[in-house]
Amino acid sequence: MEPLVEVRDLHFRYDDGTLALDGVDFQLFPGETVVLLGANGSGKTTFVLHLNGLLHGQGQVSVCGMRVEDKNLPSIRRKVGMVFQDSDEQLFMPTVLEDVAFGPLNLGLPPAEAVEAARRALENVGMVGALEKAPYHLSAGQKRRVALAGVLVMKPEILVLDEPTTFLDPPGQRDLVELLRNLPQAKILVTHDTHFAGALASRALFFEKGKIAGEGPLEEVLQRFHWTPRQDSVRG
Amino acid sequence: MHHAVVERWSRGQSVLHRRDPRVKILALVVFLVVLATTERALLTTGLCYLALLAGAILLARLPLGGVLLRSCLVLPFSGTFAVITVLSGDSHRALALLEKSYLSALAVLLLVGTTSLPGVLRGLESFGLPPFLLLVVQFLYRYLFVISEQAQHMRMAAACRAPVRHRIGRDRSRFRAAAGALAVLFARSYARADGINQSMLSRGFDGRFRTLSSPQLRWGDAAFLLVAAALPCGVRFALGAVA
Repeated sequence: MEPLVEVRDLHFRYDDGTLALDGVDFQLFPGETVVLLGANGSGKTTFVLHLNGLLHGQGQVSVCGMRVEDKNLPSIRRKVGMVFQDSDEQLFMPTVLEDVAFGPLNLGLPPAEAVEAARRALENVGMVGALEKAPYHLSAGQKRRVALAGVLVMKPEILVLDEPTTFLDPPGQRDLVELLRNLPQAKILVTHDTHFAGALASRALFFEKGKIAGEGPLEEVLQRFHWTPRQDSVRG
Repeated sequence: MHHAVVERWSRGQSVLHRRDPRVKILALVVFLVVLATTERALLTTGLCYLALLAGAILLARLPLGGVLLRSCLVLPFSGTFAVITVLSGDSHRALALLEKSYLSALAVLLLVGTTSLPGVLRGLESFGLPPFLLLVVQFLYRYLFVISEQAQHMRMAAACRAPVRHRIGRDRSRFRAAAGALAVLFARSYARADGINQSMLSRGFDGRFRTLSSPQLRWGDAAFLLVAAALPCGVRFALGAVA
């Protein structure tokens, strides 16, 4: 089976000299849900920003057989749907409908088709009732759903979600798990939430100092890297 | 926040809300030109203009008191120049300055109180304003809420660590702390702008801003424009206030 995403020996250094990625190799196959774990600053978000060309490091990154380079970016950004950690950064249009239709319009769809596609995407995430609302009047969970609709409307083959449970209350997290379970796309989840990861992950990767320090089934990775809350601190 | 109130007004239902944003912008321009060129019988014409605007506010089902009060926001600015003008011995001009600035603010508030921001921006775009400028205005408006929220969080965090309020005059370090907080707010806003840019790029933005619909002019819009332009012109000429 051909991988949807293939990364070889990826290195990236920020302008301030921080080495964020130090030789990452990665493959994502159709139908997989891969969870990226690791400490803050270990390179997880930097890594996923390479998948649709928002950052360019040294090494090789391919998506659906296309190398991530300037000439392929429009096609690659259609294939990789990115849901950012902070929904406020993703919802920038005056109304929910206009925000979700932003992507289809950029893809060249006529306005009527873009509206129809946006309505369908909002239906899929249970937010069709908020069409004319201003995004900043929505709750955190609603914002997350609309942000997801704004990505799903592009019909991506790969979904990347960066800390998707941030700001969500437990019912919101449960709803999100159900929603994601029913989506057929391959998914990459960047998260610290091990319960959320456990509900969805088919495989886990552990980032450490810009490298993938280990990978395998989620439970195995969690145990190997002691990546669970201390029981005494949980009891408080 | 004032802009949140105005936004709520703009979502109302009335004859004025239903009008095409372009004719409302044109009517506003006509009113502002008529107002700016009114030189004589200032008090009488001013009261007539005020009555016209008040009628339009009631027609739009907006709270008259609220709109009249919010328009006063312009007075501290124009009042400063009016005081300088009075001191230089020209009280007639000072009165004109106050009256015209207040009525202009009232007319602008009537436009934005009956038209959604996207509607106003689309109307301005159709008159040839650069899309990039309109995009900046739209983002500025959108992120006023976000930046204000961040500022409030920072204020609360500061209050938690400094529960006793000191008067600034007694403690100069407060100035430094406030300046530092402002710098952090700017830095956060910059980071937020970077995040928005990444988000837009990842959804196929190529620098060209596309909108969903273009408004259509109706007979009612033409009739509105005719009436909205004729009334202030009629007042100006009927009262013999031609410059």
